[in-house]
Parts: sequence; C-alpha cells; structure tokens
Amino acid sequence: MALPNINLSPLTATRPEEILRPPKPWFVLLTLLIAMLMNLLPWSGVWLALKPDFLALVLLYWCIQQPQLVGVGTAWVCGLLMDVGQGALFGQHALAYALLGFAAEYFHRRVLRFPLWQQAAHVAVLLVLCMLLVLLVRIAGGAAPADWSNFLGAVSGALLWPLTSIILQWPQRPPPSPGER
Amino acid sequence: MPTLSYDSPPFFRRGPSPFARFVFFGLLSLALLFADGRYGYLENVRLGVAAVLGPLQRAALLPGQAWDVVVTYFASQTRLSAENIQLKQQLLTQGTVVQSARSLVQENGRLRGLLKAHTRYVGNDILAEVLYLGRDPFSQKVFVNKGSTDQVKAGQAVIDDVGVVGQVTRAYPAVSEVTLLTEKDHTIPVKVERNGVRTLLVGAGTGHAPELRFMSANADIQSGDVLVTSGLDGTYPPGLAVAVVAAVERDSGLMFARITCRPLAGVDRSDQVLIVSAPLAGMPARPEETADDDTPKRVVKGRRGR
Repeated sequence: MALPNINLSPLTATRPEEILRPPKPWFVLLTLLIAMLMNLLPWSGVWLALKPDFLALVLLYWCIQQPQLVGVGTAWVCGLLMDVGQGALFGQHALAYALLGFAAEYFHRRVLRFPLWQQAAHVAVLLVLCMLLVLLVRIAGGAAPADWSNFLGAVSGALLWPLTSIILQWPQRPPPSPGER
Repeated sequence: MPTLSYDSPPFFRRGPSPFARFVFFGLLSLALLFADGRYGYLENVRLGVAAVLGPLQRAALLPGQAWDVVVTYFASQTRLSAENIQLKQQLLTQGTVVQSARSLVQENGRLRGLLKAHTRYVGNDILAEVLYLGRDPFSQKVFVNKGSTDQVKAGQAVIDDVGVVGQVTRAYPAVSEVTLLTEKDHTIPVKVERNGVRTLLVGAGTGHAPELRFMSANADIQSGDVLVTSGLDGTYPPGLAVAVVAAVERDSGLMFARITCRPLAGVDRSDQVLIVSAPLAGMPARPEETADDDTPKRVVKGRRGR
C-alpha cells in the first residue's frame, strides 16, 4: 500500500511526482495581511454583493495545507481583526472563522484527495456554513434576516478557490529537476 | 497535497485536539459577543485593535484615491472649462443668497435676544467625507474620515445638504462610524412640518422603509407630509428635514396606522456629510418622575443608535 503522502496530487495533476516544500511563516503572514487588505477595500454596489471573503479563503487554504502552522487560534485572531474593521459586534467573525479553522483541520486529509473543482465545492459549503453562523449571531442580536444575495459571496469565493490555491502554492514549488529538461 | 513536513505523527503530537481548541475559542467568542452586545464593556479593546488596524485600513483606501487622481488628471480640458463656467455662475447666484443669509442670521439673533429665547445652536460643524460602507450586510453603517482627534463624539448627528443621514455611534481616532437612520430600531424624534404632530421615526433595517410607529389610526398624517426633527432628545438639532411620508395604511383591525416613510437625505449615496451637535448643555434636566405618577412610561428602544 502506498504511503498517503505520495499519492496522486490533485492540485498539480500534470506533475504528480511533485512534492511541495513547506511555506515560510512570513509568506503565510503576508498572504493573510494581503487578504485582510482586500477585505477592507472600499467595495460598493454589485461588487460588494459579489465580493468573496478573501480572508476566509486564504485562511481556509492554509488551514488545509498547513494545519500545524495555521489553525483555529490564528483564524480566531483574524476574525477579531475583521470584527473591528467592519464595526461589527466583537466575536461574530471570530466565532465563524474559528469554525472554519476547525472544519478545515477536520477535513484536510480528505479534501486534498479531490481535484481542484471538487475542493471548490467543499469550500463553498464551508463558506456558506461560516456565513450562516454570522447570520445566526446577527439574528440573535436582533438584526433583520438577510436575503439570498448575501450568499453570492460564498459562490464567488468557491469559484476563486482554484486560483487562490495556485497563487498560494507557487512559491512552494520545487525548482525543476535537472532530469526533466 | 503532499508536502515535506517535519511534524511528528498524530500519536506524538502535542497540544489539545482541534475540537478542544474550537470549543475553547468558540466559548471565548460567545463571551466576547455577550460582553460587547449586552453590556458594551469592550470599547477600549476595540479602540486598541482599531489602532493596530488603522494603517491597514488607510492602505486599503490608497488604490481608490490613486485612481481618482489619475481620472482627475486625464479629465478633458473642455469638460473642466465648462464646469468652471457653470461653477462661476453658481457662485454668483449663491453669493447673493449667502449675503442675505448673513444679515438674516444677525437679524434673527437680535430678535431672539429680544424674545429672551434660547439662542439656537450655531455650528461647531465638522465636514466629513464618507470613506467606505460597512461590509456587514445586516447593518446600515458608513465610516467617515473624521474622528475623535477632530472633536467628533459619539452621539452627534450627521446630516447632508438635504437632511438627516444618521448619527455617530463610535468615534475612533481618525475615523468614526455613522449609523444610518435606516438601521433597524434606530429612532429619531420627529414632528410633522404641516401641523406639528410629534412622533418617532424608526428605522426598519436593510431594504425596508423606515416607519412611524405607535400612531393611532386617526392621526392627522397624510402621504407627502414632511417630517423634521423635533429636537426633543437633545441629540438632533431641531428643524432638520428627515423624511417624507410615503404611504399611510389605516386598517380598522389594527390599533395603529402603518406609516412608511422615505428618507430625504441621500442616506446611501451622499459623499460629503456634516457632523453637528445639538445644544444638549442648554437643556434643563428632566424632572424626576414621582412614584404616584399615573402617566404610563414610554420606553423608547434603540434611541441612541445601538
């Protein structure tokens, strides 16, 4: 029986023999900062409705890829920062992101077996779950329930998942081996 | 995705399991939610985190500002000169209005002095620009570019050139958070301009029109009536236009009429706003209610924003 780690690589289906190097911690931090920056951009109108939660997406990627580096705690801290950035109640994004981190850690061995577009389906479910949790907290706090258009962000987030994965794993790719070319 | 990782097998892994960590952080979040939502203990913590996040927020605005600069730079010469001519004409027509307004203010002050009336509040107004909307789809909030360093305080009213936009609910050092009058349960004391009937305008949340609550079915309100602030709460200066009554439904089965309104100000589109404060200090304190007072107490929910 083959070792699970040297199984078919779904992200790089063309080069299954490739093994990624571990990412540098500063790179992980930088990507999280950039994602936060993109969340804080002044979006408006249709784009605001379509905007995926970039931070959730990047967190999800690192929680799945590097569960020993980024986990529930990191996600929770990022959630707190998002709460302040959006003037929301303290803890609602923190709670949602902590759930995201836990779910990613729980599923990471399974999710990585799938090709990218099937991973995206998993991601969509997780993002919707995350949004539902925020919605629940809001309704418990007395807010009016939202309409369906707020869930467009989860769909666009899932559609962006393949791109996110490819961008984030770029620096971890090994240099081409001399035997290849 | 296989990676070259150096961690020990799960058998030797230290630290609590993901589930235990999730439960810990989940409970911590719930505690924070309660402390913030129910008791408002965490404003200082929020200010601290906001100070850390401030540079990031300012950096997020840079691309948009750079785009504006580029667009302005390449704006065509003809359009600019046309705009210039138009602005000059506007200046001429408005100059007369401004001059007459100045003399009117002086005259009004003299007359009020004669009447020994309270002098109306004259502006310590702060002009602010809307930076961005709150990302939260459930709440009606915007952020403006003036904060506590510019003497903005929570509780001040925010207006645009047409009428009331909302109220400052949090003042950070460089920005402040404005809750719009369409926010759910955000209440403004208003009166009908036509006949002076006092009432409360209550926001109904995203996508719903604000309404006048607790108006009896025979109240003298028609669609098209203009509502202005009554100034009774000491938060909003009196006499500012707020909304116009859009529809009045009188159902004999219900105790109250259902009155929906349309805000006059560009609540969701104005870029420049004015932060004003009401002369709260000039108001005498409310007398204590005695125990045998038989008038029913009215509880106004969400009167100060949130």
